[in-house]
Amino acid sequence: MVTSPAKTDLPSKKDRAGRFVLEDVSVSYGNEKALEAVSFYIEPHKVTAMIGPSGCGKSTLLRCLNRMNDAIDNVKVGGKIMLNDKDIYQKAVDPVSLRMYVGQVFQRPNPFPLSIYDNVAFGPRTQGIRKKAELDQIVEDSLKKAAIFDEVKKSLKKHAFELSGGQQQRLCIARALATKPGVLLMDEPCSALDPISTGMIEETVQQLKESMTVVMVTHNMQQAARVSDTTVFLLRESMEEPAGLVEVAETSTLFTAPRDKRTENYITGRFG
Amino acid sequence: MNNPANTKKNRIIRFQTGLAESGQTTFNGLRNTRGLDSAATIFISVLGWTAIFVLIGIAAFLIQSSLRAFDEVGIWSMIAGSGWFPTSSNARYGFLPAQVGSIWVTTVALSACVPIGVLSAVYLSEFASKRFREAAKTVIEFMVTIPSVVFGLIGLAVLVPLIRQHLPVDSGLVALTAGLVVGIVCLPTIISISEDALRSVPSELRQGSFALGNTRWQTAYKVILPAASSGVFAAVMLGMGRAIGETMVVLMLAGNAGIIPASPLEAARTMTGTIAQETGEVVRGSVHFSVLFTLGLVLFVITFAINLFADMILERSRKKWRR
Ligand SMILES: Nc1ncnc2c1ncn2[C@@H]1O[C@H](COP(=O)(O)OP(=O)(O)O)[C@@H](O)[C@H]1O
Ligand SMILES: [Mg+2]
Repeated sequence: MVTSPAKTDLPSKKDRAGRFVLEDVSVSYGNEKALEAVSFYIEPHKVTAMIGPSGCGKSTLLRCLNRMNDAIDNVKVGGKIMLNDKDIYQKAVDPVSLRMYVGQVFQRPNPFPLSIYDNVAFGPRTQGIRKKAELDQIVEDSLKKAAIFDEVKKSLKKHAFELSGGQQQRLCIARALATKPGVLLMDEPCSALDPISTGMIEETVQQLKESMTVVMVTHNMQQAARVSDTTVFLLRESMEEPAGLVEVAETSTLFTAPRDKRTENYITGRFG
Repeated sequence: MNNPANTKKNRIIRFQTGLAESGQTTFNGLRNTRGLDSAATIFISVLGWTAIFVLIGIAAFLIQSSLRAFDEVGIWSMIAGSGWFPTSSNARYGFLPAQVGSIWVTTVALSACVPIGVLSAVYLSEFASKRFREAAKTVIEFMVTIPSVVFGLIGLAVLVPLIRQHLPVDSGLVALTAGLVVGIVCLPTIISISEDALRSVPSELRQGSFALGNTRWQTAYKVILPAASSGVFAAVMLGMGRAIGETMVVLMLAGNAGIIPASPLEAARTMTGTIAQETGEVVRGSVHFSVLFTLGLVLFVITFAINLFADMILERSRKKWRR
């Protein structure tokens, strides 16, 4: 079912948006297989949503894409994950540089206990950028892209914990954007937020895809329908077997004319 | 520390919500537990207050026993006095030798055990496997229970000859020796409290830092240590309280000289050591006796202040992550 991506839409040198190809990916935690036989590809400049009932491995799969699974004990990833034609699980790949290119935003806002400015400048400083003018520019650009600059421009020295939850999450987006990633992973970024903040983040995501690829896990199907171009539906049918991929399709198709009965059941609310 | 008025108010509020939620059965249930509840509250309050009264009692006793020294020697000539000649005919009761001795020993102890302790805590919390961490914590808890006289003995056998051989000192019994061993005595306290503080930093911050391409090391020193700084600072303060209060090790190893030590390479005597050493021979009821109580009072105030300060900081650091 995975059609190999056409060579013509490979990202050009200047275009940093990343493309993933997943081939037969499986993940186990210890002896328990959580995911099996997942194959699809993630196109550049698109928002790809991953939906499915909780426990179906959405976060697990997302964590494979920037190798955040490496930090978990006993985790084993099988299959192949290609990012811009490079296998990211190869020995030679440096997970640190991978994570600078594949940024991540988490479920709960997790700003560092630092000022707003220092939070955003954190990644660039790790990359060795020291010049104040350069950092200032990156911080401003990132905060603007995350649609929070106007709210905080007068108080960049303020402690990040003084911001509201929604502002903190947008700050975390800005922090992830500051390393100029080509892919942004978002794991239920709005689940801890009010509808207004959620709306702002969804709008931000729409703009971000102009310069990068976005992969967003969400348990909210309306959100997937609103923001994504492609939707990936994962399902774990019983506790005994691992979760798998049920359907990947253009979002409008998946929600209006699902090919698989299980997808239809899920989106019409019959289980999960 | 249970304010009775407060307890009563709480109980009334709980009573109403209970009733509103599930009607009469709750009403009966509450009535039954109410007697037990208040008995338990009274019991706990009594215990709480007892601890406070004992503390106040100790302070009052120290002050009362020091009155004679305040009167006949004067607070200032004790605290700022440089000579300690309690048994000479022209007796002088200056605390400076003991205070400076305590400062040297504590400084050496902290400079040795703070870096080692904090780094060990970072290792245990950020790098070690779960199994190693559990094993190490057991050993560390065991170390806390070893009487310090045992460390003193080991120091006497191992450290004293080393120091005599390798440093320009007359004997190995100097403030440095005592300080290093006191440092070992304080180490478990510093490790276990710092480790708690580091581990209480939410794992989301670690994830956030990894996701920005930081290594474990960068994450530890750029994110986790700063986030846990108040807890680590409190650990250092508690270690310091322990170092100042340590008696046996300094009696055995510091050389016991009643002069102001110019450096840690000189023999010294600490406040605790002075009291322990001299209470055996002093005439009860004499000025000297009273002066020793004043020295005890100074120690009490210092350690109390340090512990209180550390506690306040620790409490603040615990609150920080309750979002
Ligand atoms: N760190 C972990 N260790 C062990 N098992 C895990 C871990 N994280 C997730 N799992 C298991 O993997 C499965 C998928 O979890 P997850 O990826 O969090 O699902 P989702 O994000 O879709 O809710 C679950 O059965 C869960 O118990
Ligand atoms: Mg999840």
